[in-house]
Amino acid sequence: MNNSIAKEKIVSLRKKRSLEDMRFKYYGFTAMCLSLAVLVFLLYTIFSKGYTAFQKTIVLLEVDYNQKVLKLTPDSSDEDMEKGKFFRVKKQAIENFFPDLSKSDIKLVKKLFSINVDKEIKDYFLDNPEVINTKQQIWVTAHSDVDQLLKGNSRRDVPEDRRKLNDIQLSYVDQLVEENRVKQVFNNFFFTKADSRHPEIAGVAGSFMGSLFTLFTVFILSFPIAIGASVYLEEFAPKNRITELIEVNISNLAAVPSIVFGLLGLGVLLNVFGLPRSTPLVGGSVLALMTLPTIIIACRASLKAVPPSIKEGALAVGATKTQAVFHHVVPLALPGTLTGTIIGLAQALGETAPLIMIGMIAFIPNIPTGLTEPSAALPVQIYLWVESAERGFQEKSAAAIMVILIFLFMMNAIAVFLRNRFERKW
Amino acid sequence: MFFWSLVLIAVGIFSSFIYGRSRIKLNSKKQGTKSKSLPNYYAQYVLMWCLFPALIVYFSWAIFQEQIIQNIVISNFEYIEGAVYNEGLLLAEIRNVANNPSFADGKSIEIINAAAHYSSLRQISQISFYTSIIIIMLLGALYASQKLKPEFHAQHTIEKYIQYILIFCSSVAIFTTIGIVFSLIFESLRFFAEVSIFEFLFSTEWYPFIPIREGQTAAEGSFGAVPIFAGTFLVMVVAMCVAAPLGLLTAIYLAEYASQRVRKIVKPLLEILAGIPTIVYGFFAFVSVAPFVKAFGQSIGIDASPTSALAAGMVMGVMIIPFISSLSDDVINSVPQSLREASLGIGANKAETIKKVILPAALPGIVGAFLLAISRAIGETMIVVVAAGTAPNLTGNPFENVTTVTVQIVVALIGDQEFDNPRTLSAFALGLVLFVITLFLNIIALQIVKRYRERYE
Repeated sequence: MNNSIAKEKIVSLRKKRSLEDMRFKYYGFTAMCLSLAVLVFLLYTIFSKGYTAFQKTIVLLEVDYNQKVLKLTPDSSDEDMEKGKFFRVKKQAIENFFPDLSKSDIKLVKKLFSINVDKEIKDYFLDNPEVINTKQQIWVTAHSDVDQLLKGNSRRDVPEDRRKLNDIQLSYVDQLVEENRVKQVFNNFFFTKADSRHPEIAGVAGSFMGSLFTLFTVFILSFPIAIGASVYLEEFAPKNRITELIEVNISNLAAVPSIVFGLLGLGVLLNVFGLPRSTPLVGGSVLALMTLPTIIIACRASLKAVPPSIKEGALAVGATKTQAVFHHVVPLALPGTLTGTIIGLAQALGETAPLIMIGMIAFIPNIPTGLTEPSAALPVQIYLWVESAERGFQEKSAAAIMVILIFLFMMNAIAVFLRNRFERKW
Repeated sequence: MFFWSLVLIAVGIFSSFIYGRSRIKLNSKKQGTKSKSLPNYYAQYVLMWCLFPALIVYFSWAIFQEQIIQNIVISNFEYIEGAVYNEGLLLAEIRNVANNPSFADGKSIEIINAAAHYSSLRQISQISFYTSIIIIMLLGALYASQKLKPEFHAQHTIEKYIQYILIFCSSVAIFTTIGIVFSLIFESLRFFAEVSIFEFLFSTEWYPFIPIREGQTAAEGSFGAVPIFAGTFLVMVVAMCVAAPLGLLTAIYLAEYASQRVRKIVKPLLEILAGIPTIVYGFFAFVSVAPFVKAFGQSIGIDASPTSALAAGMVMGVMIIPFISSLSDDVINSVPQSLREASLGIGANKAETIKKVILPAALPGIVGAFLLAISRAIGETMIVVVAAGTAPNLTGNPFENVTTVTVQIVVALIGDQEFDNPRTLSAFALGLVLFVITLFLNIIALQIVKRYRERYE
């Protein structure tokens, strides 16, 4: 009797315990799935907000290149053509955009077009000077408000005073859609232009080049210094207080918040050394100092992975220590050090706060061509666009995030490739 | 200008190398003895004596040229009696006119004169820069070539120089730390000369506005950083509430339950989460999470602000999940297998083994991982800049908008930077606090992890 009760108790306890075991396992599983779900949701958000930025809206505009309006003649020189009165041509084209427009309507219609239209009309003419005195149908860029409306990013059903386009303008846009005078094409501006106050002509080319120049500076500075430091610490450094201090220092530096490196750049590089503000040179120097610990740690690991027998072999046949290290150990560790450097560069590419501190947040509407020119950088560009009140910039920021993520993905792929291709198992 | 000088230096080192090689061969032939080292070492010796002095000149010129020229221009500027000048603006104007003569229209004669002076100084500086680089390279090569004798141990000397270069590379990290500490302390001292340190640390009013005009009393600034510290703490707590359970449970699952295949897939995916730039998380918080938090707050009757501590903290928590999970994973894996086997051997199941044996054994390491995560959360900038507010708000309600140390640093330094007002300098004081706290957390965490490792080795 007693025995069976005890048995039952044991069975139920075991059941409870194994249930507990299962439950605990599923807690872990759920936690893992949740973390991954956030990743998927994050990528989904970026893609769904950003893919529209790769298209722009263009409008068909009939332009009359009348020589009187342009104040040009068919045999004007190229220089004169540059100075043609294209804004008058544009004004005329917009006035005739819809039949019978009143003065106030013209103002409204004008706001459907991008500020860049003047330039597009001019460029079309300079490319085809023979069109003088003819009427041409040209596709020109629409204003961001029209673009956002047609992409469905801004809503129609809100009250008129909270919309960018009023009811009359909406009816114009609808009319255009009906008459097939508006369409969406690939947005080349996004990849060829720098930042702009107008979302429809803002692009990532400027900040992309800025990021490239910055990364170049980081690479030039951090790669040799990191290799030198790790070779010294791994192969030459005597075991003493100073070496220990350097090692502790490097591991602590790796944990210093990036914004503090920005303060270092501002306080020392800009204010003491007087290097030029907002430039890839300063940004790259700050990021190089920031990523140095990461790269040194990776380089040391790959130096450690080279078996000591190789160095000993070299020493045995009479090489000095320097020769053994630089002729044998370092070349073998090079793929590993490169991998570490690329991973450090990937970290530097996404870093925003230090660049803001040294002024790379300034509005730079042209594409930089050198290390000492003021420029933007991709992550800072994203920040500027996220913070912008203009609706049209939101899709741009998501699209710029896509660009930076693809860039990062490629860098990591190269790192993995290098590791798999050149890594030797000893 | 500096590009061509790099070409000049490259030509210099190339020819010095060739010169050193041929010279030592010639000398040893003349004396009829073999040189002590291979000819290449002598060539390298000449090269180093050519290169390094030139590099020193190059960098000092690059760094100091502009400042020296500006100082000369400013000190020779013909000030007009009674007019008030802003030195920075004046300099910018002079530079603009000098670089682009079309800006000269409508500028006063003093500025045009100064611009001409500036241009001429730049020209002088350039010419003397090139000549001094050439002279210094020649002098270096001359000095080195005197040593090019067969009995000279070039290899030993070269190896000694290489050691010096390597030591210099390793000490860059130390210079960086010194640079950080000094720039933070120096600017903070200037800040504390104007604002008392007690007000900064213990007062609860943060209105970093400075009077624009003399005697403007309405905008008297006050710098009590308590609301900022409280905001940072609140965001950090929210982040840890998300990241600690998720990260730790993920680590336990990966280390104890998951098959090799799952580990192989999930670990790189978590690394992606770790590699995503923080500004991307900021965008995510701003676009997706903040509206969600606001809607959620409204549905339970709380008036949530569009930028809330909760939104920023949750996203920051997601950001540090991989950090916690990978560190805890390492820690759990380094618990000796024998402990697991002993526990399973006396009849405990897996969950009991983990809860009663492994976690207590790994506790110090996990605490270390959490401390590192906290230090990262405190120093994180972009998420909070985008998704938390800028207004100081002393509150414990995560639905309200708070501000953090990093946000205030960014806010103080965006836009005009006049290094003579406490508003700009407050960024450095806040930076100093941030640096000290993160360093402190980091040192403690590393100590704990180190002790923990030693226990099981």
